[in-house]
Amino acid sequence: MVGPMAAPENSRFTLDNGLRVVLAPDTTAPVVGVSVHYDVGFRSEPEGRTGFAHLFEHLMFQGSESLEKLAHFKIVQSSGGTFNGSTHPDYTDYFEVLPSAALERALFLEADRMRAPKLTQENLANQIDVVKEEIRLNVLNRPYGGFPWILLPPVLYQTFPNAHNGYGDFTDLEQATLDDCAAFFDTYYSPANAVLTVAGDFEPDHARDLIEKHFGDVPHRPAPAKRSFVEPPPSREIRDSHVDPHAPLPALAVGYRMPDPINELDGYLANLVLAGVLTDGDGSRLQQRLVHREPLVTDIGAGAGLFGPFEARDPDTFSVTAIHAPDVSPDRVLAALDEELEKLAATPPEAQELAKVTARWSASLHSEHDRLVSRTLGLGSFELLYGDPSLMYRLADRMAAVTAEDVAAAAKALRPDSRAVLLVEPKNEESK
Amino acid sequence: MSTAAHRTAEEIGRTAGGARPVPPLGVQKAAADLSHVDTTLPNGLRVLSVRKANVPLVEVRLRIPFAGADAMHAANAEVLAETMLTGTARRDRVEIDTELALIGGELSVSVDPERLAINGNALASGLPTLFDVLADALTSASYVDDEVARESARLVERLAVSRTQPRVIAREALLKHCYGDHPVTREIPQAEDVAKVTPEQVRALHSRAVLPRGSVLVLVGDFDPQGVVGEVEKALQGWQSDASAAVLPELPVLSGGDVLLVPRSGAVQSQIRLIGQALPRTDERYAALQLANLAFGGYFSSRLVENIREDKGYTYSAHSGFEFSGSGATVGVDADTANEVTAAAVLETLYELGRIALVPPTEDEVESVRQYAVGSLVTSTASQAGLASQLAALAASGLGVEWLAGHPGRLAAVTVDDVAKAALEFFAPTRFTGVVVGDADSLAPRLAALGGFTVGEPAAS
Repeated sequence: MVGPMAAPENSRFTLDNGLRVVLAPDTTAPVVGVSVHYDVGFRSEPEGRTGFAHLFEHLMFQGSESLEKLAHFKIVQSSGGTFNGSTHPDYTDYFEVLPSAALERALFLEADRMRAPKLTQENLANQIDVVKEEIRLNVLNRPYGGFPWILLPPVLYQTFPNAHNGYGDFTDLEQATLDDCAAFFDTYYSPANAVLTVAGDFEPDHARDLIEKHFGDVPHRPAPAKRSFVEPPPSREIRDSHVDPHAPLPALAVGYRMPDPINELDGYLANLVLAGVLTDGDGSRLQQRLVHREPLVTDIGAGAGLFGPFEARDPDTFSVTAIHAPDVSPDRVLAALDEELEKLAATPPEAQELAKVTARWSASLHSEHDRLVSRTLGLGSFELLYGDPSLMYRLADRMAAVTAEDVAAAAKALRPDSRAVLLVEPKNEESK
Repeated sequence: MSTAAHRTAEEIGRTAGGARPVPPLGVQKAAADLSHVDTTLPNGLRVLSVRKANVPLVEVRLRIPFAGADAMHAANAEVLAETMLTGTARRDRVEIDTELALIGGELSVSVDPERLAINGNALASGLPTLFDVLADALTSASYVDDEVARESARLVERLAVSRTQPRVIAREALLKHCYGDHPVTREIPQAEDVAKVTPEQVRALHSRAVLPRGSVLVLVGDFDPQGVVGEVEKALQGWQSDASAAVLPELPVLSGGDVLLVPRSGAVQSQIRLIGQALPRTDERYAALQLANLAFGGYFSSRLVENIREDKGYTYSAHSGFEFSGSGATVGVDADTANEVTAAAVLETLYELGRIALVPPTEDEVESVRQYAVGSLVTSTASQAGLASQLAALAASGLGVEWLAGHPGRLAAVTVDDVAKAALEFFAPTRFTGVVVGDADSLAPRLAALGGFTVGEPAAS
């Protein structure tokens, strides 16, 4: 049976400069995780500056008032730790995981770049090159690069924040200026627009003192006003296609709008359960039918969020992606998908189907919480998006409470006349 | 990006107080002692069970020695791994997935020339089901014709793609150059062999080679470590054989030699792969050699990375690390570079090998890598899954929890002099051989100038 998640004793407080702090002590292993989430992601980029939020994330590793270029990497590694950062639709995160003896160092590193990052012309030019190399590696020179997270949004969405490429166009990246960087930092990287999370092996009072010592004198600047990215759903099926010179087989992605992740959480969770019923494991409906029984596709997946769930505010995307043989038309795959959704809408799934999905979710959430990196980042993003870090520990129970009728309703809402279909065509294939 | 008045970049990067000193490290606590049982069952299976109750999950790692000398072994083994969980005497593919899903579980199978590996996890409450499905697969996997045919076909497609990857080409060339036709060189089966695999061959391989004697099962999770051994013994009582699982023959000891330039016409990037003999974890000099390797090229702040990545920009990734096989070990040095700087990158790599041997790491360098080694061991074993994987690697070499618990102490005891001795003995450039894969027309004249290179395909197996 799936027991309730043990929620550890978390504490939350806010420094005078507006920095929100989450402390989640846990002494089972002598390691500590530190993360900072800034409430800005690529949806906030201005037109003409696609990719800027991610480019700026790179610049935050290039040194600060007390730290030479490369010092960040060297200090974390020579303390026995690891680090990284990543840019999401609605936030950007930075983290270190280290032996607990290095807690103060990690706080120092994060505070120094929150207070005074070294933004230089040389670093900007250099990081534009690095980001372009990263895009060549991850998007341009590999099969299914950017599929579907870059390719699907411009089909499903109409407005710039939701539709544009978060990795950025090379022309936009090349036009980024040092003054853009300064404006971006002063606008979005204020302590009042950030969440600091410390999880793992530490003494809470001591951690509080260290946080006050290192972050307390980061000057307050007001957080920018929250923007809404809401736009109406498509009023018909919209199709587009993309030629991929490296893809060995054709692929398709279907994008739907889904309930508001923040204000309609239970509806959002019903969509996650639906995704599991459709494609999680050999026994799921679409795997059984489309991979094993018929078989029309070599791979199929469904999910909420283009990077995973709980990464974005409204609007968020439900997507189904499939890779299929060249002699299978996309319409056959779509027809099978629609048929399975109609069946689920008409006849809610059986209790066992839901139990399978919720047990696997429960185990994977436990497993994530056991990895200090994902626990630290999860607490930070739930504080940032939901104002409630401990919600992370209640998700499995909330998902287990989703009913068969909720899943049927979610399936019914994925309508063929309000969706985006993106077809990926290998270069030498005839367009269908 | 017009907003209200903002500071300039220069103003942002400066505060009235100026730069601040980096705080020192605090006192590091050791990881808690692990309550565990390490025993061998009557069927010859070693079971290492460790209690770690952070979350109500269990992690399972089974390692079965799985060597084979015949030419079709790699293909048969790969198909066996792909289809082992697609049906048993009692369950079909969907039933296996359903039972695992209901306990929040997953199982997966993979194989290399040395071992068959089964990895899995589940909610701790589902442990009896996990053991039952595992036992079912080990004793009665059915390899029905349809599943074998379908998975073989998928495998052929995937192999075709992977054989075009430069890294795969370099890895195969390196193994063949060093080990000729030793079975270790057949890491990736040939697509044409996979196409010939029959269900009968796979079934025969399973009954001949999926054996408990000599294998090891690592369990980590929220359970009583003694009680869980009893449960495993009961669940696996049908898994019996007097024969022992097939151990890979020891690899020949490497003693250095020419580097082979393997032509890959028109390639824009080259793969540099050097390799030398190293020490197994059981050797008393291992901790010193581990630190020497880290200082040379084993982490971001190492000499090799600072030289060819940070200083010269020849490569995005340069790395050196150990590989363990049987009772031996090797150290590999890898870098991918653009053609025009490949020869220069090789020159700098050989220079750094010579330098670490002759101008040994300083006290500061040794302290930095010592912290890194101790810290990364602590962080990588903090989660159940991390601990299980780490222990599975140790257990495959006959080691266990004691080695893990004792290693921080061994790292702490290493002196600067120990590191210098290990570096001199194991990192001298003459001890290395290897391959460079790339466009021979542009590379050959420059590499010839360095000496110690021959051009050609590695000896065919």
